Parts: sequence; structure tokens; C-alpha cells
Amino acid sequence: MTVKQISVFLENKPGQLAEFTKLLEKNDIDMRAMSLADAEDFGILRIIVDDSYKTACVLKEAGYVCSITPVLAVEIPDKPGSLVKVLDILGDNDVNLEYTYAFITRRKDLAYMILRVADTEKAADVLSKNGVRIYCQHELSDLFA
Amino acid sequence: MQNYYQPEIECASQEQIRAWQDERLVKTVRRVYQNVPYYRNLMEKKGVTPDDIQSVDDLHKLPFLTKDDLRDAYPYGLMAAPLHDCVRIQSTSGTTGRRVVAFYTQNDIDLWDECCARAIVAAGGTKDDVVHVCYGYGLFTGGPGLNGGSHKVGSLTLPMSSGNTERQIQFMCDLGSTILCCTPSYAAYLGESIQERGLKDQIKLKAGIFGAEAWSEEMRRDIEEKLGIKAYDIYGLTEISGPGVSFECSEQTGMHINEDHFIAEIIDPITGEVLPEGEKGELVFTSITKEAFPLLRYRTRDICVLTREKCSCGRTFVKMSKPMGRSDDMLIVKGVNVFPSQIETVLLNKGYPANYQIIVSRENNSDRLEVQVEMTPEMFSDALSEVSAREKELIEALKAMLGIYAVVKLVAPKSIARSEGKAVRIIDKRKLYESKGAK
Repeated sequence: MTVKQISVFLENKPGQLAEFTKLLEKNDIDMRAMSLADAEDFGILRIIVDDSYKTACVLKEAGYVCSITPVLAVEIPDKPGSLVKVLDILGDNDVNLEYTYAFITRRKDLAYMILRVADTEKAADVLSKNGVRIYCQHELSDLFA
Repeated sequence: MQNYYQPEIECASQEQIRAWQDERLVKTVRRVYQNVPYYRNLMEKKGVTPDDIQSVDDLHKLPFLTKDDLRDAYPYGLMAAPLHDCVRIQSTSGTTGRRVVAFYTQNDIDLWDECCARAIVAAGGTKDDVVHVCYGYGLFTGGPGLNGGSHKVGSLTLPMSSGNTERQIQFMCDLGSTILCCTPSYAAYLGESIQERGLKDQIKLKAGIFGAEAWSEEMRRDIEEKLGIKAYDIYGLTEISGPGVSFECSEQTGMHINEDHFIAEIIDPITGEVLPEGEKGELVFTSITKEAFPLLRYRTRDICVLTREKCSCGRTFVKMSKPMGRSDDMLIVKGVNVFPSQIETVLLNKGYPANYQIIVSRENNSDRLEVQVEMTPEMFSDALSEVSAREKELIEALKAMLGIYAVVKLVAPKSIARSEGKAVRIIDKRKLYESKGAK
């Protein structure tokens, strides 16, 4: 029920992200979504890629500190108010949201949210019970095919 | 309940210890002034005569001796007894590569052996023990010191010297060694080797006396567990005599200094001012019973704390903490003494790698201390809150240890230069103490 997100430690200084993306380019890694959380002196880059295993290997080899985190990828209608519905389900069921980011594809009318919650299992359970579509890893890959 | 070699001395009243020190100090200063032109010269430069030294209270008037003095006066310049009274030398190259040669009369060796005997008895040693000495013998003081101490106690002494681990373990098993004397790192290695060979149940060790290098409490627990013993710390330096200048009792909370032979002071390493009890600073020793090589106010460069708090073992000798660092490495930040070793301890305790960098700078006329630490996979998380919480925890721990706030900067792995040999850990951008103390 989850997809793999790669989280990477980056120092907060000029050129870090550029250097990182060059590495992805060199290894022909396709990024689906990304989000960057910044603290004062460092940042945590979170990405969804086409091949997470390969990416993790490439990053480790290059000396990056990274981790693979299971996160939820959900589909919502691309219109005002649809995110509210998802968040309300989580809130009503007392599931705390750590962070979230969104992406769209070439498909019209639909948007996708990456959700990192405290209790992934519970979140997946209550969301599907309420009719929210949750993508697993291969479904997500198909989305980009 | 307790084990003493010389209870009448080790548990003497503070007044009695002070009386011995006063008398012996006055005598030693007179003798040194008469017999050691090098030190007489230092005293004259400071305008001090032996008459100015009437008791320990006057000690601070005397000039310091440093390792540089020992080098300048090498080899015979600080000898205070005629050659025909001296029977031995011991030597060390020291960590800075400067050769130190110390001289001993027979009496000096007897007293040194007694100091070591006190350490062995404090660790539970008796005539019935088998003392396994695998400190190096020869010029190094470790082997001869503990060997002599063991003889005084009347234990069966195994003069193993260092190396040849197979033989060490063989003798340990065959002869039933009960007390091990060596460096803590070798003790840890022996412990591992014994475990690997599955011989733990064949050794009879009950205690170990370890010194001559820095070791942590974690290492102590590790050695104690691996060898099934109680591990005691011992401190000493060739300049002052060798091991046994101070030793640990069963309380394991610091080392009792043999105050009937050595007067200890703690000074501010920059100003040379004597600091009150309980304050951290550089340890200075004055030997008051040595005949051949009595050093007055010798700066050890070891940073530690002295305490006269009552010890449960019954000994009244002042206790010194394990050295926390070297005065050479000391930084003064916001008026507080900071040692890289303190920062290292915190990092290791919190699970960070010991590869770090300290950057001191000035911002708005105020010192800023930054500790750069490399990120590790273990410390990393996809959640900013978790990484920030760990960072905050580290800042708190550093503050508790140093007494001042340090900015922690998490940097990419392997981004801190690893130099060959000693790492360059400190970058001081303030340029306040130029030339002095700079190396």
C-alpha cells in the first residue's frame, strides 16, 4: 500500500542540489516528485523516482546519506476542496501528518499527494475505507509509463 | 573492609599529610637550590630564595618547570644527587618526541616501588596473588614500576613484558595470574583474544591495573566484562617517577595522589595562576622525596580536577580525575576552557563519528563556537523534526559538558578532512592568541 520515497541529507550551501541532480542525470534516473525541507544549515530532499533501488545504490556509492521511507501516494480530483476531504479523514481519525507534497501527471483532472504520517497502516486503512485511492509501487510506475 | 599497603600514611589526617609536605618541601627546595644550578637560576630570575619557602602555602612563589626545561637541561642538568648515588635511569620519548631521562637513587626506587605497591594492594593484591606484568620493561617505567610494587607486596611476580599474546595467555592460564598490569588497550586486546580462544573460564584474573594511556569509562566496562575483573586506573609520568604517582581505589571515581611524595596543584594553563579545589586546569607536580631527580612545580600539561571530598575507601589523599585532555589543545571560548577531548566524548556518547571540526570565531565581539559533525545513516531521518531533535539533544549535551553554548552544524559525510596522523580539528579564526601557544 506504500510507495518508496528516497530522503537525502544535503548541506545548505550553493550548488548542492545542482550537484545532486547532475548525479541523477548521469545515471539516467527519472524523478517523479520532489520536496525539500530546509533547516538552518542543512536540508532534507525527498524524492520519488522511477527506480528507487538503483537510486539508493547510486547515492550510497557517491557518499550521500540517504534513507528509503515508505510513504502513501493518494489520488485526488484536481479541484478545490478535494485535499480537504483527505486531510479531514486523517484528522478525524487522529492520524498526524508529518509532511506532504503534491504532483500532477499528464492526466487531466487528477492530482496526487504524497503523505508521510505517523501511523502509515492506520492512515491507509481509514483512507481506503473512505474511498480514497492509494497507489502501490507498481501502480505508481504505471502512472508514468 | 579496605586494602592498604601503608594505612598509617594512606589514611593519615590532613594535618599530618600537610606537616610531611611542609617539612619535605622546604628541605627539597634547599637541596635543589644548592645542587641544581639550572633551577637556582630560574629561582633567581623570579627573585625567590629558599628562605621564601617556609610551607606549602609558599609553593606558588616557585617557578614552573616544563618539558622544554627538561629538554634544555638534558641530560644531567636537573640531577640533584651526585652520580655515585644514582643507580638507574628510566626514559621516555614522550608524545612530542622529546626525550626525557629521569634518574633514581636506590631510595628513589624503593619509594617508587612503594607507591606502586599501594596501587596493587588497593586493587586487592596480597602476598597470595600472582601479578602478571605486561607493561614494557626497560627504559619505559611501566614494567619496572609495577614489577617493583609487586615485589614489595610480596606477590608472585610474572615479568612478562609486552607482546607475544600467545605466551601471555598461556602463562595466565598455567600459572593462574590474578592481577593484570598493562595498558588498557592491551587489556582489551587480551580480553578479545581470550574470548576468541574460549579460554575465559580458564583464567583466574580478579583485577587489573591499567594506565599509561587515556581510556574511557566505556572501555573500562568493556575490559571488566571481557576479562571478568575489576579494572583500576593508575597514573604517573617518568618525570615525576613513573606509574603510581596516583592510583585508583575500589570506589573507581578518581585516583588518589601519593601526597606524602608529591604535591599537586591545579593551575590556569594560560596565566599560571593556582586554581581552587574543584576547578579544572593543568596538573602541576612537585616531588618532595626524590633524591636524584626532584622536579619542583613540573607542568604535566594534563588537564584534570582535584577533589578532597571524603572517599569511601578511607584514604585521605587528594583525588585527581582522569586527565580530560592536554593543555596544549585547550581553547578559551567565552572565557571558558574547552578541550577537544570533551567534545569528542559527547559525540561518541551520542552516536556520532569522532571525526569533527571545531571552529571558533568572533561575531559582534562575542566568541562563537561551532562544532561540525558529519551526518551518518544512523543519525539521519526523512523527518526534519527527528534530525532537529537529535541536533538539539547534541547541543544540550555539549552545553552540559562544556558549560557554554555551541552551534552544531551537521555536514555531509567525509566532508571533514582526514589528515594523516593527527587530525586538524580546531580552526580558530579569532587570532586573539597569536604566537603564544600557537604551534
